[in-house]
Amino acid sequence: MANASFYQSAGFDFSNDVRNQFLQDKGLPLPKATSTGTTIVGCLFKDGIVLGADTRATEGDIVADKNCEKIHYITDNIRCCGAGTAADTEFTTALISSNMELHALSTGRKPRVVTAMTMLKQMLFRYQGHIGAALVLGGVDSTGAHLFTIHPHGSTDKLPYVTMGSGSLAAMAVFESEWRPNMEKNDALRLVTAAISAGIFNDLGSGSNVDACVITATHTEMLRNFVKPNERAVKERNYKFRRGTTAWKMENIRSLVVDETVTLIAPPVGGDAMDTT
Amino acid sequence: MSIMEINGGSVIAMVGKECVAIACDLRLGNQALTIATNFEKIFPVTDRLYLGLPGLATDVATLRERFRFRVNMYTIKEEREITPETFARLVSSTLYEKRFGPYFVEPVIAGLSPVPSASGKPEKWEPFIAATDLIGCLNFAKDFVVAGTSSDKLFGVAEGLWEPDLEWEDLFETISQTLMNAVDRDAFSGWGGIVHIITPDKVITRTLKARMD
Amino acid sequence: MPGEMAHHPQQRQFNPYSENGGTILAIAGRDFAVIAGDTRQTEGYSIQTRYAPKVFTLTDKAVLAVNGFAADGNMFVKKVKQRLEWYRHAHAKDMPLRAIARLIQTMLYAQRFFPYYVYNILGGIEDDGTGAVYSFDPVGSYEREACRAAGAASSLVQPFLDNQIYFKNQKAAPGSAHPTHLPLSTVIALVTDSFTSATERHIEVGDGLEMYIVLASGSSGQGLEGVKGLRELSTKGEAERVFVIRRDLKKD
Repeated sequence: MANASFYQSAGFDFSNDVRNQFLQDKGLPLPKATSTGTTIVGCLFKDGIVLGADTRATEGDIVADKNCEKIHYITDNIRCCGAGTAADTEFTTALISSNMELHALSTGRKPRVVTAMTMLKQMLFRYQGHIGAALVLGGVDSTGAHLFTIHPHGSTDKLPYVTMGSGSLAAMAVFESEWRPNMEKNDALRLVTAAISAGIFNDLGSGSNVDACVITATHTEMLRNFVKPNERAVKERNYKFRRGTTAWKMENIRSLVVDETVTLIAPPVGGDAMDTT
Repeated sequence: MSIMEINGGSVIAMVGKECVAIACDLRLGNQALTIATNFEKIFPVTDRLYLGLPGLATDVATLRERFRFRVNMYTIKEEREITPETFARLVSSTLYEKRFGPYFVEPVIAGLSPVPSASGKPEKWEPFIAATDLIGCLNFAKDFVVAGTSSDKLFGVAEGLWEPDLEWEDLFETISQTLMNAVDRDAFSGWGGIVHIITPDKVITRTLKARMD
Repeated sequence: MPGEMAHHPQQRQFNPYSENGGTILAIAGRDFAVIAGDTRQTEGYSIQTRYAPKVFTLTDKAVLAVNGFAADGNMFVKKVKQRLEWYRHAHAKDMPLRAIARLIQTMLYAQRFFPYYVYNILGGIEDDGTGAVYSFDPVGSYEREACRAAGAASSLVQPFLDNQIYFKNQKAAPGSAHPTHLPLSTVIALVTDSFTSATERHIEVGDGLEMYIVLASGSSGQGLEGVKGLRELSTKGEAERVFVIRRDLKKD
């Protein structure tokens, strides 16, 4: 089949590095990547885990995405919230999700949260913090419900309630005053919503909607846009322009429809018709 | 001065009613000096899919060719046209591969994606737009996406002018006005603009009459 | 050698400035001026307060909006007000708008090498009864304009205003021309939409909107009837009338 030489080998490619180093040495700063300023949380309750996230992605002080997804799929029973460099959280969780599937296939067992946690921390440690992913990992497996935080350098914590991102203090303040062991599902979901809301309203890096995810031994429920407390108000004016407002110099129209005209030729008068006997 | 500002340039894409539009300015600069005013930053990928590449001009040229190569390889191997969704993933992973030595571009993707129909033939098309940052973090928006040196201004104007379900004639006015007014306040973008409106049965390309200062 | 620490000279510095976000905006009409600002005050990723006014009435026909470093802004407004008070005592009348503008220039330039870290926009009614907007840079360069946005989201708002106030890049319909002055109701709507748009896309803009409207004497004030959150600040019998509109903005 197709030779692999068409493509780069697996892993990161540093071929632009010399050039980029040269540009940086001239004093040109690197453009900023999208970061998820973010409030992400997770908490333990009686039957499992509730994860939560806001939905704002920022580029500096500008909102790049008003409704992005920060709760990433790892396996059916494990999810991972990501804060930090958006591309890193996206690709790191996708890679580990993929490896978890292969791992489950080769062991023939349901995947465990510690396995995902170990894979993530070993990868992040290997990259010495250069992969800017700060994660909240949660799930339920054969050994019970587990909740971890994973820092960009690869250190991990295992706690009953955790928060991360720029809104972590606002969210943790809610957890510290309201979290109780063995909460009911709805109470836990309410608490997570309150914690994320604290981030949304008090931290400028977080905003828009609340995403939540409830994981129990039997079921995982992804509650995308669980609460939407920040819908844009209706505009005062209509901004539709009169057609012809914009001046243009040149137009080119490329038709994507193949025009086909069928010209019917009348049968000749007389006896030239096909013999159909 | 950042790397994105060496050559300048901006791109915007917007969703309309059964159509999408993508537009860019035409400036190529060397820092504050304008070198050319015919530097298009939007390239066709398939009939109904376009890619905008604002950023460092050397990388614009490199990536245009790399994507052409990779899309051709996909078409040959899969024996079908690439969909906008798949192409967005291709762009994203191509950029993330160079996470620690990136290309300095912020791609914008606009196209119509085919809706699978039971009968097969009379196809329905759904608007699709997306943008990524320079290391491939995808942003699927339902309204508009912007990139380049005047992204702040484009965000501000688009947030004010855009409304849902514009017919293609109206979408042309809205995207053109957004682009021109934004780049007129940016020293690194402007000097003319070009707009592509993609509808199910035709692609309309118009060169704008814009300020040339 | 153990126990021996290398002593490198270390320089420390006190930075007297900070940046407190927010945005201000002013538009002049034929016989009115609208001066607006959001009320959020920030530092870094934190909200210091959701209500810190950035727009202040100076006289019966002059309103000043200040944006940038809040401490400098408050102090500057205080000093301008003090100078206007002295002027009233000396001349038994309010200082005309164009004179306030020149006063602000000299006050800003007096601090040329330790500037007030603020952008000022002055709006109001000129002696000839026209609406006016003066915009300043932090060291006193100023200009009279029809509209101006300043502050954190100025780059988002100004090009929108170019398009909607000056009709930039717009061709007028055949046989007609763009209006030179917009009606008050249109201006209020544009200011509101500018701020809701800026709130959507800029993290430092939000919480509340405060919009001051100065009407020239004899102005009908048409367009103000039925406006939500409107309050008149002037008392009956004054020549110019001043109104304020307070609106909520998103708090995320």
